[in-house]
Amino acid sequence: MTKDNHLTDHYLRSLNRNIILIIIIVSVIPLILVSGTIYYQFRASYHEKVYDHLRELVQSHSQNIDSYLQEKLSDIRFLTDSCGREKLTDESFLQERLAVLQKDFGKDFVDLGVINAHGEQIAYAGPFKLGKADYSGSEWFRKSIQSEYFISDVFLGLRGVPHFIIAVRNNRGGISWILRATIDFVAFTSLVENIRLGQTGFAFILNNKGKLQTTPMARPSMDMIDSKNIYEEFVTKQQISRGKICIATRSDSSRHKNIYVAASIKNGDWLLVYQQRIADAFADLRKTFIITTALMFMGLLGIIIMAFTLSKTIVERVAKADLEKQMMSKKVVESGRLASVGELASGVAHEINNPIAIMVEESGWIGDLMEEEEFEKSENRAEIERAVEKIQYHGNRCKEITSKLLSFARKTDTTVHDVNIKELLEELVALSSQRAKYGMVEIETDFQQNLPSLRASTSEFQQVFFNLINNAIDAMHHDGGTLTISSRQRENYLVISVSDTGEGIPEANLDRIFDPFFTTKPVGKGTGLGLSICYGIIEKMGGKLEVESTVGKGTTFLISLPFQPDSDRQQ
Amino acid sequence: MNTTSAMSTPLVMLVDDEVSFVEIMTKRLKKRDLEVITAFSGKEALETLAEHHNVDVVILDVKMPGMDGIETLKKMKVAHPLIEVIMLTAHATVESAIEGMRFGAFDYLMKPCAMEELMGKVHEATRKKRNHDEKIQEAHIKEILAKRGF
Repeated sequence: MTKDNHLTDHYLRSLNRNIILIIIIVSVIPLILVSGTIYYQFRASYHEKVYDHLRELVQSHSQNIDSYLQEKLSDIRFLTDSCGREKLTDESFLQERLAVLQKDFGKDFVDLGVINAHGEQIAYAGPFKLGKADYSGSEWFRKSIQSEYFISDVFLGLRGVPHFIIAVRNNRGGISWILRATIDFVAFTSLVENIRLGQTGFAFILNNKGKLQTTPMARPSMDMIDSKNIYEEFVTKQQISRGKICIATRSDSSRHKNIYVAASIKNGDWLLVYQQRIADAFADLRKTFIITTALMFMGLLGIIIMAFTLSKTIVERVAKADLEKQMMSKKVVESGRLASVGELASGVAHEINNPIAIMVEESGWIGDLMEEEEFEKSENRAEIERAVEKIQYHGNRCKEITSKLLSFARKTDTTVHDVNIKELLEELVALSSQRAKYGMVEIETDFQQNLPSLRASTSEFQQVFFNLINNAIDAMHHDGGTLTISSRQRENYLVISVSDTGEGIPEANLDRIFDPFFTTKPVGKGTGLGLSICYGIIEKMGGKLEVESTVGKGTTFLISLPFQPDSDRQQ
Repeated sequence: MNTTSAMSTPLVMLVDDEVSFVEIMTKRLKKRDLEVITAFSGKEALETLAEHHNVDVVILDVKMPGMDGIETLKKMKVAHPLIEVIMLTAHATVESAIEGMRFGAFDYLMKPCAMEELMGKVHEATRKKRNHDEKIQEAHIKEILAKRGF
């Protein structure tokens, strides 16, 4: 391969690389920008939507809980106001009232108790045996006696189960007494327990000391609720107030990021908190992200594959065009060379014709003189006459050779006209016969009679056959052989085969013999262009050049050329 | 001029720039009882012809330096319309020899040519030329006789 071809290879490689890079850059940057922007916008609005939803959820539930407590308080108040102390201290009446309440509200009310100003329970209705219990020391009693009503935090108390109390003080008649109702913890917890979203969303209530007031049933562990810090976050940092919903995100003890939404309930005593893992809250967003990313990667992959394929196709076409250009210019050079060889041959043939004519005439003169009487009896007369005859014979041979050379030289133009195949092939064979003789090659011809003429350029046709015949003779240069040239008409095709009995072409080379610059001849002997030019010419003529070869047996080149269709001919 | 003699020796002018060829051809033609005069260029041929009006046949090489055979032929035919010219050519100039026929050459032959063939053509051309001469002469005589009232 030449230096030029190395440069071309390098150029093609860099062209390939540049096309790939440009396609990838031009397609990928907008793809990433568009996908990124869309995803960013979607993410922001999705976040907003999720936060709004949670805010609404917590707000409605905080209102629910507040109204639940308010309702229970109103019931107890009504009972206190409507019945009075005397009736309510009657345990059977109290029992009756409890039954009515339980009938109306289910098991929300566990028990009822009437406590005097000293903290002694003077009447009790409920499932526990708390008869004359003394509550003077308990915190709820102290707070209840000081205010009109009181709702306690959740505590275990005397009965040892979690519960909370709604107490209403009555001062009618100057005597203070308290009606206390215990609210079922399970019933209350269920209010909060209903708030469940996704896999990890749940709600709980904290009191003003940051202690849990409900036990979330679905919790993985109590450790998940970092109650103290959550309380700090909302109450101390965010200064949560009644009616305001606050949102915070922070990691829990197991290092999961959580989203917390809080609302103040029970007049700021309690905090309703909703907790959910961020990953869970935004699971759909994550799914969207994965799908978007997957689609984007598929797009990227598509772009990359397309870039490589497209670039390969373009580079192949460029390379092919380049090769065609190279071959074309070589062909131009070659035909130019052939034309100048033709001119030279014509000059030489013409110049040599005169001396030959003189020689022939001189020998003729000798012949003329020999007819004179004085030579009639010469003993060498017969020998001289024979010599004269030989000179004349070979002079005429020279004349034939120069005349063939001249007829060849005249046909170096590439214009297309009707070519008589048989005549042309015979001429070519005659011109090659001397070379074949020196190579101990016998040329056999088998031309079909009356072949139609073919529209072609004579010089191109000559070029093809000279190349093939010369190659065949070269292939047999070791031991000689037989070169067979045959021409046949097969349907609308002219089929010409050029076969030699030479050394054959190894299979490895068979695919490459039509490649430009491929040669197995020693350096300086062959350009490697002959067959590629033949191939180009035959292809240009709309024909096919094929090769069959067996190592050690020989090679056959088969040319099929279409005769011009009749319709074209008429035109 | 001897108008009746088809047997009399034809006078041939040989024109070729190749001196050796002219020399040997002259010898050979003379040996075959032809009278031969020579010229080595077109120009010389025209000059010689101006002096020798009785030349029957010109054997003219097509390819010559200076004035070539065709050019010479054209001028020759203008000055001497009755003269017969045989073009002698190498293969490459067959076309020009044929062109020569169009300008009134008698025939063409390729170099080197067979002597018998050349001789045949020369005799043929001579006969044709002399026939023409004879007819013209007869016409002249008739004209003169008519003028004198015969």
